[in-house]
Amino acid sequence: MTIKVNGQDFPPPDDARVSLLDLLREQLHLTGTKVGCNQGACGACTVLLDGRRVLSCLTLAVQADGRSVTTIEGLGTAEAMHPLQAAFIEHDGFQCGYCTPGQICAATAMLEELAAGMPSYLTVDLAADRITLSREEVQERMSGNLCRCGAHNGIIDAILEVAGEHWP
Amino acid sequence: MTKIQNAVIGSVRTVIGWVPAGWLPGGSPDPLIERRAAIGRQASRLDGPSKVAGEARFAAEVAVDNLSYAALVHSPITRGRIMRLDTGAAEAAPGVILVVTHRNMPRLGTLALIGMSDMSAVGNSDLPILQDAQVHYNGQVVAAVIAETQEQADHAVSLIMIDYTAEPAKTLFEEAKATARTPASVLIEKNHVTVGNAERELSRSAHIVDNVYRTPPHNHNAIELHTVTAMWEGDGLLVHDTTQMVAPSATALAKLFGLKREQVRVLSPFVGGGFGGKGMWDHQIVAVAVARMVGRPVRLTLSREGVYRMIGGRTPSEQRVAIGADAAGRFTALIHSGYSVMPPYGACPEQYTLGSRALYDAKSFEFLQRHVDLDIVPNTFMRAPGEAIGTFAVESAVDELAHAMGVNPLDLRMANIAERHPVSGTPFSQHALKQAFTDGAERFGWNRRSAEPGSRREGEWRIGMGCAAGSFPYARMPGANVRITLHGDGSATIACSAQEMGMGTATVQAQHAADRLGLPLEAIRFELGDSDLPASPMAGGSSQTASVAGAIIAAAEKLTGEMLRLAGNASPVAGLRAGEVRLADGGIASIADPSRHDSFESILARAARDDMTVTAAGSMPLEMFKFAMHSTSAVFCELRVSDVTGEVRVDRLLGSFDCGTILNPKTAASQFRGGMIMGLGLALTEETLFDGRSGRIMNASLADYHIPTHLDVPQIDVMWTDIPDPRSPLGARGIGEIGITGVGAAVANAVFNATGKRVRDLPITLDKLLPD
Repeated sequence: MTIKVNGQDFPPPDDARVSLLDLLREQLHLTGTKVGCNQGACGACTVLLDGRRVLSCLTLAVQADGRSVTTIEGLGTAEAMHPLQAAFIEHDGFQCGYCTPGQICAATAMLEELAAGMPSYLTVDLAADRITLSREEVQERMSGNLCRCGAHNGIIDAILEVAGEHWP
Repeated sequence: MTKIQNAVIGSVRTVIGWVPAGWLPGGSPDPLIERRAAIGRQASRLDGPSKVAGEARFAAEVAVDNLSYAALVHSPITRGRIMRLDTGAAEAAPGVILVVTHRNMPRLGTLALIGMSDMSAVGNSDLPILQDAQVHYNGQVVAAVIAETQEQADHAVSLIMIDYTAEPAKTLFEEAKATARTPASVLIEKNHVTVGNAERELSRSAHIVDNVYRTPPHNHNAIELHTVTAMWEGDGLLVHDTTQMVAPSATALAKLFGLKREQVRVLSPFVGGGFGGKGMWDHQIVAVAVARMVGRPVRLTLSREGVYRMIGGRTPSEQRVAIGADAAGRFTALIHSGYSVMPPYGACPEQYTLGSRALYDAKSFEFLQRHVDLDIVPNTFMRAPGEAIGTFAVESAVDELAHAMGVNPLDLRMANIAERHPVSGTPFSQHALKQAFTDGAERFGWNRRSAEPGSRREGEWRIGMGCAAGSFPYARMPGANVRITLHGDGSATIACSAQEMGMGTATVQAQHAADRLGLPLEAIRFELGDSDLPASPMAGGSSQTASVAGAIIAAAEKLTGEMLRLAGNASPVAGLRAGEVRLADGGIASIADPSRHDSFESILARAARDDMTVTAAGSMPLEMFKFAMHSTSAVFCELRVSDVTGEVRVDRLLGSFDCGTILNPKTAASQFRGGMIMGLGLALTEETLFDGRSGRIMNASLADYHIPTHLDVPQIDVMWTDIPDPRSPLGARGIGEIGITGVGAAVANAVFNATGKRVRDLPITLDKLLPD
């Protein structure tokens, strides 16, 4: 079996204790995925596993066996940016840039969750066909990703801009 | 020592006071204040693409051959001795290369404590590091494991068996107050300051408030963990670190390990958040020492718990603020005194009374700080040390006084805001706090505030408004050096060891250099974060922008002279002196006749030179002693408090700032908002919980220490006067710390306006607001 990372196949690690986070950072040198707490409290290590957001620090690498992982490096590059990456720059949605890849990966999956009609704690009408996009919905759904520099306004502005383009 | 320091600083101020302003730095305003192109523009961060793409390599992300990994053991006791140490099982564990304890750690001296006299002193404590069996505080490093992988090192740490003998420890603030020390000075200021007899004036005042305010310990909680990769290459030492003090760290490591300064290189091009916490601590020393022992590169990344255990944060405080006012509402007495923790082995006093010395006029003053000694992880500076918590106390007290007098707290402030430095009488370099209040109040809609607390209600929610002033001193550090290289193609490289932690330093200084050299922004390359580059001071005290800018000014002047000389007699600018030209349009131009212009490219080409390089140091920051220089702010808050749960929701927050020229509105707005959001945490959720019985931190995780997250943060409005400071480079003052200043009181005052409950101990958690 193999772990597919950004479209490329890699063997699972020999040591079963290796987290998906450490596999990415220490063995594959995909250091765009960040480590902030190693205990699922900050969201900096968020990656997409079969398109869904997971905390790679709480995911053993072997759990990704046979599955597909997308990291920030797989979303876009500095030369060819994902729309969220470009919007984060435009809205200054970061300062130090350390929580940023996790925020962008989480936002990518969060927009899919919204589109799929998955409710949040703030969703009032659970029976509605579709979620009403609002600032608070996005804030609530992004609250698992901590930022200490205080770029929250810019992050939400960036996500709302990208969401708005796909949310008639 | 500190009494001598008081005398020296006092003498400098006296002498500088006699010297005409025109002779000093800032004597004539920086010409770029009037003439700017890139500065003031809304430029996006130049390092943005690499950061959003995950391509920026932070300290732990540099690929290194033959790397080994370290993990640390922290003391679970607070004070005592290691009696038995069994490392056998750890040493036998798979992959383990070495276990290091005080038994086999190389003998090392101690770090010089951070101080005002030695800019390379970086120690947050001068305790020995793995040198003996003594434990001084809970969380102290007592052993390290180095292994082939992080997993192996982490596991082996759990196999180390240590028996301790506990000794009595000082862990209770309240008890330790009895033996508090009174330092002669706090930073460069005299500690105990009196003007008139404040206690007597207070007792005679028509209106009096006199209360005690408490603030808890805080941790910085940068999202990037502290991490260092150390490797010895022959006799040289290379350190990949995440640090706010690149050049000072290299100097300190050289001293500690008996090396020449040029044998040590510290690299830190990106710092994943600092806020005061990313300095020199025990882990860098351990990593450097064990890298030599194992003969391999070592990477040592603290666990998040480890960051809480061994990286100190903001000290707790207990502050008394008493204000007296006459019948007309003029302050007759302002007393601000108190206690904060600073162990004898620590370096960082929490200067919570300094801000109060610069805000308001009063007939009499008294300021006094006392240091409480606990057996505790040494505290350090954290964003707006002193002012962040000092303004909570004094600005809550002003609000209390206004309520007692039945006047609008904004009016009370306007009537007492100082026009000169209230204690020294020194003129302000520029000071528009009143305008910041007026502008902010208008945009915020302060006139819609209900004067009667608890009178606005929507369903279960009580609604209130509050405001507060903030103040943070200007600083420009001595010892800032910059190298400018003009290339043959007309581009330029600016280089110094400065730090980029997200403030926008690389972007803003590139904007600055573009205007200073008369080049387009695209022609500027800015290199930083490398101790081999000309040395910059640490990033602290909101001083880096002014410090580096001052050095760029000096280097550009030197460059002008060198290029004029190189231009020779064939040049259109031949015969002109340095004072008669400016750098503009990619070359040198006569100020009197701009048509006399010679481009850098053609000067270098005629001289058959590939480039021209100059290095210069900024002038001594004497403007700080001639003038009172402070960034100030007016903060406005509207919030709701639930009658049912006591929950506080901040709906609106506005900061109106007077900080001189705003160099880049986009990155500056982020600095202001970032500070204000940390202020929301200070006001409502943040608290490092020490168990008073054991001296151990109880909430050493990001799950239990609550920093604001997305749903806690409203859309924050920021505005600024944008009045240049005629005495500072570019007309700018610091903006990194003023944002947090005043927010705690603005929130507390809004809570009072909403509920009628005055909370004097932070954070304002739900339990403090539940209905009686």
